[in-house]
Amino acid sequence: MSESQTPLSTSGPDGAGKATDDAPAKATAAANAPSAQATGGRSFLPKSTLLRHLTVVLLAVVGAVILLEITDPFTNSQLATLSYYAIAAGGLTVLTGLNGQISLGHGALMAVGAYTTALFLQAEEPIALPLILLVATVTATVVGALVGVAAARLHGPYLAGATLALAVGLPGLAIYFHDTLGGEQGIRVRAPRPPESFETFIGWVSGNSATGTKWLAYVGAICLILTYFLLANLVRSRIGRTWRAVRDQEVAAELAGINLGAWRVLAFIVSAAAAGLAGGVLALVVRLAAPSGFTLVLSLALLTAIVLGGLGSLLGALLGSALLVFLPPFVTNLGTDFGLNNTEAAQLAPFVYGVVLIVAMIFAPAGFVGTIRLRWLTYRAKQRAAAARASSGR
Amino acid sequence: MTVLATATVASTVAACGGGSDGGGGGGGGGGENEASDIGITENSIKLGAHYPLTGVAAPGYSEIPTGVEAYFECLNQAGGVNGREVEFIYRDDAYNPTQTSQVVNQLVLEDEVFAIMGGLGTPTHSAVLDFLNSEGVPDLFVASGSLLWGEDPEANPYTFGWQTDYMSEGKIIGEYIAEEFPDAKVGLFLQDDDFGEDGEAGIRQYIDDQIVAAVRYVPGNTNIAPQISELQAAGADFVVGFNVPSYTALSQLTALQLGYQPQQWFYSNVGSDPNLVGSLLARFSQGAVSDASLLDGALTTGYLPTVDMTDNPWIQEFQRIWDECGGEGELTNYRVYGMSQAYTTTQALQAAGQNPTRDGLVEAIETAGADWEGPVFAPFRYSEDSHMGTSGMSIERIVGNGSEEVQPVRVTDIGDAPIEEFDGEAATPPENAIPDEESVVD
Repeated sequence: MSESQTPLSTSGPDGAGKATDDAPAKATAAANAPSAQATGGRSFLPKSTLLRHLTVVLLAVVGAVILLEITDPFTNSQLATLSYYAIAAGGLTVLTGLNGQISLGHGALMAVGAYTTALFLQAEEPIALPLILLVATVTATVVGALVGVAAARLHGPYLAGATLALAVGLPGLAIYFHDTLGGEQGIRVRAPRPPESFETFIGWVSGNSATGTKWLAYVGAICLILTYFLLANLVRSRIGRTWRAVRDQEVAAELAGINLGAWRVLAFIVSAAAAGLAGGVLALVVRLAAPSGFTLVLSLALLTAIVLGGLGSLLGALLGSALLVFLPPFVTNLGTDFGLNNTEAAQLAPFVYGVVLIVAMIFAPAGFVGTIRLRWLTYRAKQRAAAARASSGR
Repeated sequence: MTVLATATVASTVAACGGGSDGGGGGGGGGGENEASDIGITENSIKLGAHYPLTGVAAPGYSEIPTGVEAYFECLNQAGGVNGREVEFIYRDDAYNPTQTSQVVNQLVLEDEVFAIMGGLGTPTHSAVLDFLNSEGVPDLFVASGSLLWGEDPEANPYTFGWQTDYMSEGKIIGEYIAEEFPDAKVGLFLQDDDFGEDGEAGIRQYIDDQIVAAVRYVPGNTNIAPQISELQAAGADFVVGFNVPSYTALSQLTALQLGYQPQQWFYSNVGSDPNLVGSLLARFSQGAVSDASLLDGALTTGYLPTVDMTDNPWIQEFQRIWDECGGEGELTNYRVYGMSQAYTTTQALQAAGQNPTRDGLVEAIETAGADWEGPVFAPFRYSEDSHMGTSGMSIERIVGNGSEEVQPVRVTDIGDAPIEEFDGEAATPPENAIPDEESVVD
């Protein structure tokens, strides 16, 4: 979310020149932008990265509360769905956009988080929800570390292949360990009821009633804001710059003493942690952890979300996820309004999604955020060049 | 928006109040129609459902809601329920539980349906079981025979099963084999979830020592040669399948490829629709097999009349309803299934009184449901202690695209309950196949 501020704080014809000259880097140009030095000249936000991100978090919290309180219960539930897609997509966009690794296995890492959450909630007296989600995150991180180490030497399509195996294979474990993991049917999750303090809070904020749906939407929003805050800081730190160096200039990075493998594994671990948390939230929102919820389609959906949004951009990941959640019901309703029967309307949604994907690939190859950012950078560069000409001409 | 939400909450609270003190909202006959609960207005009742309209489970199952729609259309033309039109909204979940949870959220929170009816599938519907019960939404007549829906009304007070559960079906099949084929070496072909498990548990109560092999498949994996050859290697000459229709077709084709010819196939009711299996066989074999002739002579079970029973008065009525109020295509067994569920739903709505409430509806089914007659062959088992659906099945032999009865309806229950012959008469449809139940809620 904090990414939304970056266009303001980025500048420099260098950045724009690089992005427009170098075609293959175009798609990830959005990811480069944050690394440009912040001038802060035009920004009303604090200069320190951490302070700036904290300000954005504050705004996001207020925004989230307003959004959740003015929307109807169904939109609340859709926003809860959005939160788990966006958390996972945020992690994936760091991996793919910043570090250049493609993973088709993030659905499986979400499954790890979801099953952990479901198992811990099955206990007679489950431990506190934040702890459960933390355990889910840690478990997925461990699995991510194992996969990351195994895949550290792999690249592009080879890594995609290895993680694809993860996506296909891991749900099979749930079927093999039938007694613990519930087999094909999965584990049903009884989402914890909202605490009293939450009801008081909602009553105080808006006077609405604190339903279970609203509670889960808040849990999702809190996890989402926290994740994006941490990821945004990571992206703008030395670690983020190193990842970009590993992605763009392998040889130079290695000459500079960067251990490519270790940094790739780290990127994988970070994104696995996000996927684990996302899985935990998914288990709560869907109220089920079952293999059929974590098919390859989920992993692919995450990938299309970050590509549509703009690789490497957290805001892009959020927008892409929003498209995943809001487009299908919108199209289905539209279809029914135009007089299609329910089956035809239901079939329309995947079709329109495909069309949107193709159109975006043609007209906005850097994704929504990436394309806007590129336009902005080009515009700024032209302005500066014009200004420079004007001043030199004088 | 906020004001609207608050208003909804206020009306919910008012409605719940009316329901719980019994008098207010659910008044008896003679009064006026009121908007007595969410999804009920003076002249309409809104019901919702989720079905796989796209994806692997869509063939067959996506026809069910068209049957429901046709029935309600004709019902509305005849005046609806207590002067209220039934509005039926159904959404696609592609047989994916994550999506089921989203569409059911939409039905309950956005469309604000009075009740969910006929939600299809065990894994899909179990994703919304907790949600519906915690929101207090009646969850009528789940389209699956899992024990989950009716076994424990204390945990899920708003959920009701409808069709014969898989365990009772297994018991009836087991007893039949024990009596008619005591020397058969039985192999079980099971779907790896509740469906296969409950069926196996039922069947093993009667022929545990006759079973030579039990193999399982995971839905979605289309190579079942290992499973079928295991049955072959174990020397099974009588194969019982608790599987969905596409795996009936696959098991037939795989057995054909392996040259495996057991003397008898027996498919559970779920997997035995000859029309659908025939078309699936044609598709999977790319035309090498053109119809359901492979299934000829196979045994199956039944709890509803099927379209080939053209003498059955229910089928005649349903055919008329489909012709008058239905859409494109022929009347199929799946549409009959949908109409039969709509019929039971109508009975429930009538029994819930002139101004039904959600809690009143549950009470009505628990009180009167066991006495309702309809197209199903055997009585329902609804009570305060059980939300299990219909209790019995007949055994049939598939001939062409139809079937003939080989053992009349026998009834049982889950657990160790004995199996008994059903001594009741088959019900005849009321005029226009519209039930006329008395209100049992005061």
